[in-house]
Amino acid sequence: MVSTGSTHDWTYAPAPESRSVVDIKESYGLFIDGEFTDGTGTSFKSINPATEEVLAEVAEASEADVDRAVKAARRAYTRVWSRMSGAERAKYLYRIARIIQERGRELAVLESIDNGKPIKESRDFDVPTAAAHFFYYAGWADKLKYAGYGETPLGVAGQVIPWNFPLLMLSWKIAPALAAGNTVVLKPAETTPLTALLFAEICQQAELPPGVVNIVTGAGDTGRSLVSHSDVDKVAFTGSTEVGRAIARAVAGTDKKVTLELGGKAANIVFDDAPIDQAIEGIVGGIFFNQGHVCCAGSRLLVQESVADEVMERLKRRMSTLRLGDPLDKNTDVGAINSGEQLTRIRELAGVGDAEGAERWEVACDLPTKGYWFPPTVFTGVSQAHRIAREEIFGPVLSVLTFRTPAEAVEKANNTPYGLSAGVWTDKGSRILSIANQLRAGVVWANTFNKFDPTSPFGGYKESGYGREGGRHGLQAYLKGER
Amino acid sequence: MARIDVRKTYKLYIGGQFPRSESGRSYVVNDAKGKLLANAALASRKDARDAVVAARKAFGGWSGRTAYNRAQVVYRIAEVLEGRREQFEAELRAAEGISPAKARTYVDAAIDRLVWYAGWADKLTQVVGNANPVAGPYFNLSTPEPSGVIAVVAPNGPLLGLVSVVAPLIVTGNTVVVIASEAHPLTAITLGEVMATSDLPGGVVNVLTGHQAEIAPWLASHMDVNGIDLTGVTDVELATELEAAAAENLKRVRRPSPDEDWLAEPGLERMTAFQETKTVWHPIGV
Repeated sequence: MVSTGSTHDWTYAPAPESRSVVDIKESYGLFIDGEFTDGTGTSFKSINPATEEVLAEVAEASEADVDRAVKAARRAYTRVWSRMSGAERAKYLYRIARIIQERGRELAVLESIDNGKPIKESRDFDVPTAAAHFFYYAGWADKLKYAGYGETPLGVAGQVIPWNFPLLMLSWKIAPALAAGNTVVLKPAETTPLTALLFAEICQQAELPPGVVNIVTGAGDTGRSLVSHSDVDKVAFTGSTEVGRAIARAVAGTDKKVTLELGGKAANIVFDDAPIDQAIEGIVGGIFFNQGHVCCAGSRLLVQESVADEVMERLKRRMSTLRLGDPLDKNTDVGAINSGEQLTRIRELAGVGDAEGAERWEVACDLPTKGYWFPPTVFTGVSQAHRIAREEIFGPVLSVLTFRTPAEAVEKANNTPYGLSAGVWTDKGSRILSIANQLRAGVVWANTFNKFDPTSPFGGYKESGYGREGGRHGLQAYLKGER
Repeated sequence: MARIDVRKTYKLYIGGQFPRSESGRSYVVNDAKGKLLANAALASRKDARDAVVAARKAFGGWSGRTAYNRAQVVYRIAEVLEGRREQFEAELRAAEGISPAKARTYVDAAIDRLVWYAGWADKLTQVVGNANPVAGPYFNLSTPEPSGVIAVVAPNGPLLGLVSVVAPLIVTGNTVVVIASEAHPLTAITLGEVMATSDLPGGVVNVLTGHQAEIAPWLASHMDVNGIDLTGVTDVELATELEAAAAENLKRVRRPSPDEDWLAEPGLERMTAFQETKTVWHPIGV
């Protein structure tokens, strides 16, 4: 399914990564108190979004199962984890980091099969960054008194993560929680549970005390049971703003501490003096990385009018060299859409873009006949009122708007209820700092985009949620004290 | 014949002005012995919305000032308050029926708190910000920024309580709509007079007087308010309702703190509760 550019005919021989490194079981139970156990509820299927092949049957945790998991976490918290010295907790986290590295190939292949993301990304980004996260927070476990948030953990954390970076989001949640001395019950997304279940095995290999990490699979109901459980002290959620709102409502009047990392509609601002080749790479990486299934994706391109034509021409040329297809092929740039449901939403919003009068251009490529696919797409002639400029599409769809002055760029960039991330491209240093100051967003990438690091706090302003993950700031979500 | 007093009309403090409630309503405020002190404006939903508009309008300018400048303005509030301390001591004695010594203690503490917070304006970034050593050739810096427009339900302490919830918000660059203590609203308006003459731009602090249960829900559900501090909400059900309403646009919520010791050193929490962390990346290269 190699797309062909207008000027070059790029053809590549298939270079698939071997699946044999992964052993997917027919069915999976829940991971509670250090053991895999059957759920008392129903089950659901996890499928490969690139082929629609059923991968495994996975237990859907019932309210009773969630309760069992929370009890296990509470026991482990009271009897073991909160009594253990930080130095000892650290060693478990280091072990986990090392096993993730050792089993990296397996995790990467499994992630690509279950999620649909290119192996290039799961292998070079998701898995190494997940390991790095554990390694980073391991080091904090015995240094909490220097971080400024006290040394008292909250207790049991209920954590709900999305399907776009399954293992990486797990590490963002579990690593700081455990380092700070909490125990966790984590619910992976229903379309991507498999790497979390492999992670459970890693916990066993690391001989992590039973109950410190519990994994309950399921969908919305399981998540609701978890975040509203009365013995959960802390709720951490990454996902849609809609669900984030519901969680914020559900915890009202309780003592639960909450962090929410929600949607975004990031502006990526390109000035006429921008380093154009890098900017084009940044635009492409900003929106097509992980099929655009990224909450901080640069989904609104704001380009200065004087260079708009040139930028669009070069952008389309670059997009034409993107290779869409088999996620396990090492040459693949753009993989499968994670689910049929998500594909429907992307199609629907793109359809609204057409209906509202924006002009659609998409990469000419043959889409595989099986699985869920959407070609890299760009809309021009988009106005701020268009739904494709306001709503998070969470797919490989870029909306392009233009501006004339820096003030107009800032005004348009901030004209959104979201505030997760933003990008700015210009060669002028003072302009970078001025624009970065004015953007109401938690992460600003200047002359780069979509960069992540365990040491770097991540999280939003406004309706993109609250709290930070990563860095010293990430510890605050899991500790009681303030300076 | 004894001279007839010129009584003060207590109004609202919105956008640097002292308007009456647009509703034309007022309510009776009594002293500690139950004798009429004055009528206070009974703010309405419209007043609350006007106050939010004023706070939003003031936010860009106030948050854009240098930290040094904000420090000076908050320090100036302390200076002006010191100059009018006798008036505040008299008001506190009348409102709460407390001894002169106690009134002095509260006024002292309120002035000292303003001075304490003023000094934080240009230090908080250094204490809670971070340079982050990312694994790659990138400059990476995290700094705190104000959340925006913050609604505050003030605690009952007519002066110290009010100063203790407002100062940490404005010194960090937020703008504020505060619902004064329902029982003791008059001192809040007198404090408005102090702020209005302390180079604090109009709209940075807006003071509403009236029924907490009537006004607070409008602020909690207001889509242009970024955060809500429920410190002074004592009704648990109301607090839960307000927190749930605040979820609609993911307001930052600070839950009630009923047993707070207002004379103790506050720590950073009231400032950091309404700060965002912004992280800026830039490649390093030649």
